[in-house]
Amino acid sequence: MAGNRRKKHHFSRIHAFSCGKTSFKGDHSLIGGPGFSRVVHCNDPESFEASVLNYSGNYVRTTKYTLATFFPKALFEQFRRVANVYFLICAILSFTPLSPYSAVSNVLPLVVVIGATMGKEVLEDWRRKKQDIEVNNRKVKVHCGEGAFDYTKWRDLKVGDVVKVEKDEFFPADLILLSSSYEEAICYVETTNLDGETNLKLKQALDATSNMHEDSNFQNFKAIIRCEDPNANLYTFVGSLELEEQQYPLTPQQLLLRDSKLRNTDCIYGAVIFTGRDTKVFQNSTGPPSKRSKVERRMDKIIYFLFGILVLMSFIGSIFFGIATREDLQDGKMKRWYLRPDDTTAYYDPKRAAVAAVLHFLTALMLYGYLIPISLYVSIEIVKILQSIFINQDLHMYYEETDKPARARTSNLNEELGQVDTILSDKTGTLTCNSMEFIKCSIAGTSYGRGVTEVERAMARRKGSPLEEEVTEEQEDKASIKGFNFEDERIMNGSWVNEPHADVIQKFLRLLAICHTALPEVDEENGKISYEAESPDEAAFVIAARELGFEFYERTQTSISVHELDPVTGTKVERSYSLLNVLEFSSSRKRMSVIVRSEEGTLLLLSKGADSVMFERLAENGREFEEQTKEHINEYADAGLRTLILAYRELDEKEYKQFNEEFTEAKNSVSADREELAEEIAEKIEKNLILLGATAVEDKLQNGVPECIDKLAQAGIKLWVLTGDKMETAINIGFACSLLRQGMRQVIISSETPESKTLEKSEDKSAAAAALKASVLHQLIRGKELLDSSNESLGPLALIIDGKSLTYALEDDVKDLFLELAIGCASVICCRSSPKQKALVTRLVKTKTSSTTLAIGDGANDVGMLQEADIGVGISGVEGMQAVMSSDIAIAQFRFLERLLLVHGHWCYRRISSMICYFFYKNIAFGFTLFFFEAYASFSGQPVYNDWFLSLYNVFFTSLPVIALGVFDQDVSARFCLKFAFPFVTVPSVIPRRCTEYPV
Amino acid sequence: MKGRRSSSDSSSSSKTKKPQYSKFTQQELSACKPILTPGYVIGIFIIVGVVFIPVGIISLFASENVVEIVDRYDEGCIPPNYSDDMLAYIQNSDTNKTCTRSLKATKLMKSPVYIYYQLDNFYQNHRRYVKSRNDKQLWSKKHEDETKNCAPEATSNGLSIVPCGLIAWSLFNDSYGFSIKNKMVKVSKKNIAWESDKKHKFGSDVYPKNFQNGVLIGGGKLNSSIPLSKQEALIVWMRTAALPTFRKLYGRIESDIQANDSVTVIIENNYNTYSFGGKKKLVLSTTTWIGGKNDFLGIAYITVGGLCLFLAISFILVYVVMPRPLGDPAFLSWNRHPAGHQI
Repeated sequence: MAGNRRKKHHFSRIHAFSCGKTSFKGDHSLIGGPGFSRVVHCNDPESFEASVLNYSGNYVRTTKYTLATFFPKALFEQFRRVANVYFLICAILSFTPLSPYSAVSNVLPLVVVIGATMGKEVLEDWRRKKQDIEVNNRKVKVHCGEGAFDYTKWRDLKVGDVVKVEKDEFFPADLILLSSSYEEAICYVETTNLDGETNLKLKQALDATSNMHEDSNFQNFKAIIRCEDPNANLYTFVGSLELEEQQYPLTPQQLLLRDSKLRNTDCIYGAVIFTGRDTKVFQNSTGPPSKRSKVERRMDKIIYFLFGILVLMSFIGSIFFGIATREDLQDGKMKRWYLRPDDTTAYYDPKRAAVAAVLHFLTALMLYGYLIPISLYVSIEIVKILQSIFINQDLHMYYEETDKPARARTSNLNEELGQVDTILSDKTGTLTCNSMEFIKCSIAGTSYGRGVTEVERAMARRKGSPLEEEVTEEQEDKASIKGFNFEDERIMNGSWVNEPHADVIQKFLRLLAICHTALPEVDEENGKISYEAESPDEAAFVIAARELGFEFYERTQTSISVHELDPVTGTKVERSYSLLNVLEFSSSRKRMSVIVRSEEGTLLLLSKGADSVMFERLAENGREFEEQTKEHINEYADAGLRTLILAYRELDEKEYKQFNEEFTEAKNSVSADREELAEEIAEKIEKNLILLGATAVEDKLQNGVPECIDKLAQAGIKLWVLTGDKMETAINIGFACSLLRQGMRQVIISSETPESKTLEKSEDKSAAAAALKASVLHQLIRGKELLDSSNESLGPLALIIDGKSLTYALEDDVKDLFLELAIGCASVICCRSSPKQKALVTRLVKTKTSSTTLAIGDGANDVGMLQEADIGVGISGVEGMQAVMSSDIAIAQFRFLERLLLVHGHWCYRRISSMICYFFYKNIAFGFTLFFFEAYASFSGQPVYNDWFLSLYNVFFTSLPVIALGVFDQDVSARFCLKFAFPFVTVPSVIPRRCTEYPV
Repeated sequence: MKGRRSSSDSSSSSKTKKPQYSKFTQQELSACKPILTPGYVIGIFIIVGVVFIPVGIISLFASENVVEIVDRYDEGCIPPNYSDDMLAYIQNSDTNKTCTRSLKATKLMKSPVYIYYQLDNFYQNHRRYVKSRNDKQLWSKKHEDETKNCAPEATSNGLSIVPCGLIAWSLFNDSYGFSIKNKMVKVSKKNIAWESDKKHKFGSDVYPKNFQNGVLIGGGKLNSSIPLSKQEALIVWMRTAALPTFRKLYGRIESDIQANDSVTVIIENNYNTYSFGGKKKLVLSTTTWIGGKNDFLGIAYITVGGLCLFLAISFILVYVVMPRPLGDPAFLSWNRHPAGHQI
């Protein structure tokens, strides 16, 4: 057993994804205690012990209602609106003699309105129901005894079942991985549905179960899993597996989550531990926060105001009525004898005129109810749905390439689009395509690659020099290979062998082909190889290596195989490198390395990383090309490219052996700072490197982004870019997308200065933090002074702030200053910001300026921001669906934002606001006629109109024109909306405000 | 053939999510958006003015042509010895209620001359009053005992009242006799009610029963041998007036009244309006195409038309004195205050 474990150990040591050895420690002692009480009888769901536990089935329901709960729940929802409660009370009172109207005519509008809204709910829920049915009826192979597996519907899965999931299938429930088709019992999992990350994650089963590769192995398999209770945490899991009276610890490494997908693995066997609502993904699912538009909130206020008027009118009426009633019978003399005041009911009793007046007050409340537009809410909902259909149908927002039209996922924010004041945008995948293209490289001090980047083009355009023709010509013959935009006859098609430093070029390309964590995927039909990589950058490198003659085609746990171009013979040879260690990339290390042994037996350390960390690690004799490379890197950075430095080093056996021992020990250590220890040791060996060159990858801007940003700026909308990128890249992209312009003065607030670095290294953390904060504050104050003193001639300001400074800038005492500065600046770029910070900045802007914010992003890291903003726009791009799922509106390209805001936003805002005005107008006009008539009917509560006319007035006679106005009205055509990007004006204190004025 | 093609189209479109192009879904339907330039505005105002003023004048003229005699008689018909206590006079059943008034026709009144009574400060539109009737009972004999909503005039002496309710109970009961140049004139009281009321609301088999039998007598009594559908005075009365001042048709004089003829009216002054201070008026009126005498329509037309003309003239003056170029964006609010919006 021990030997077995050591062997496995070897794998985990060398594989980049694996975490270290597992043993009982820390959290595992909690098993069996409170919160960790779950017991799963594997492969024995029918047993008595299992049936006692009675865990819920795997049936899932995402619908809001069931047949039984629909009426109570939906009605409750409806009557949470004050207006509806009022109408309900009216409807109930209409069955008493109090009512000025007949009961039917009073109840009917309410029934129609509530019915329409509930009908809409039913329709929406039905769609979810259909989806549920589809999911619940999916089939998976389940062990049904005697070693046979048979298809069972997902809904019938029980806790403890052993299932067999095949390649590219979704996991039906949360499973514990028992074994897989791989010898090492590993499997690859895609978790796009959970966290939006597209890279594959590696999972590995316990040794104890890993040898069960056949269906028949499970005939007599029995195990008991004890683990934590269902919870929402995706990244932790504590449990233990009891097999043949032995306890084995379970970690997240063995947990396969529902809704993730099995990839690159033929099949796996797993035991079901959480089903249905207990699964982590369901525990995690919370409805998106319901957002209401400003117009609607203001509308509520107007309705309250109308209620006020209603009460006032009723009150005045009651006083007059009371007086008139009392005077009808004085000293036994009847005044209006035809009313028989001597023989009457409480409602008209002159002897108790006060009571009659109070009762009349209730009557009047119902009588003047037409002041409150009962069908307003439902009409607005209908209108908004129709508006969303128009948004969805807009061909100008349809993206052919990915076949994605715009999707308004929540319709209640349509008009908010027309009032957007600040856009907070993600960069990667939003402004850029998030498809990295290998475009340039510098090898041995020579720069290769003739491609022209978007940034260069933009700069050229600004300077007015015509680069365009060249560009179009170039665009025609390329674009065949995704991720590769490199063009240089000097090294393409194998001609690099004739270059002066051919040996360096060979090493450079080999490094590209080996130093990565990508997985190859061979298309069986045509033998073409595609790659699954953790990041698009990495994919670009591997693809570049392939295109330049170094085709990486196979990865096993211990080796990497590459087709190489042999410079001597000029033929392709297969070379295999045994993979010894992977020193992973982390944001603090900013580099990754692999240690491999070549076929000749030499040990190589191959390393790639950011210039800031790589140059200081070069050996004395490895700096041959340093000057030229640095120069090239600066050029590349100016062209808006992401650069990496490549370097290598040969290791001698002794050095490696020592390193390996230390590294393994560090990796397997039990202490919490395991990762840090490993990093430290890795740092020791990543030195004395020999520089090979640098790569430059372009994160391409999406089509039409600069134009779109220009237009939005014209419309007076501010754009803030919140990105995780480093400052230089962010600034470059800022220039490329015309967010930053020549002549803008940049206010840069950074904590990456040398002083702050030394501060950070100091022992006293709190003092360092205070000093850093002081420095940030100082920089902010300087920026503010610049802003205050600035006059027009000096040009607008641009604020650029990095993540660490942002942490301090967002603290309570500083944030107002920060916000003031940021608002004063024409452009704001926050780099190196975390998802949390993105959300915080969004909240800051939203709450402090009370302006409408729109957040746009495409990745799981933007979710917080999207939910925090008034409107969240998701880009349905490559980074998975997470952003789209939490967005209010999904579009395929950033440039569609222009049309969404300037055309649809403009229209919707105008339509909804004029529609609301129209509504109030018609109801107030109507309601007041009732009141005026009362003055001629001695306020007796007699309506001037026929009952049926009254009840149909709102729901029938006047509803369609208003709805038509709300759906179709165009003040100006789409062409003019775009041509004259009207400045958006925030709504002033009253709604009746046109959002635009026209030149007449 | 066509159908098949369209179905194949839709099947191919179901694969792609590309929205179908149509002018409607793309919101590109042609629309007309009139821009109100000064020319249009002035033109429209002039047209409105030019059309409205003649219409107003014609209406006013038509209204002028109506000859109307109004005579308030509620106070005049009280004998002097009762002038301090009019209520006592009207409530006393023994007093002589007959009263003679003489009117003078100023112009020729062509037949038919309509006779109205006009009540004032009488709230026929009071909620209690309006509701106090039973349409079922009025319509059919079957529902004779249906007296819902009729309280307190639903039953008397344990029997249901037909027609029940306050409206019927307070039936107007003054009566008028006319003589011109000492010659009795026939007053036609037929066809004074709505045709639809007679045919569909008041039954021909429903006869008044137990009416005005209670302790308190309200207004007029009914001949219990005539069915309700023939009791046109009642039908007129029961179509309640919307406003507290109202006229109701009493009858018609089917002969001309010459100018300067004196008309003598013998009034049976029975109806009590004294307790609530209401006025009673007798109205004789002819009609023209515009109806009775009503100057409002004509005045309204003339006022609106005049206002439009006035505006048109002022706009022309403004346009001549201070012209400004059309479509100049410099006049937009944000261009007038450029500091507000900066990019």
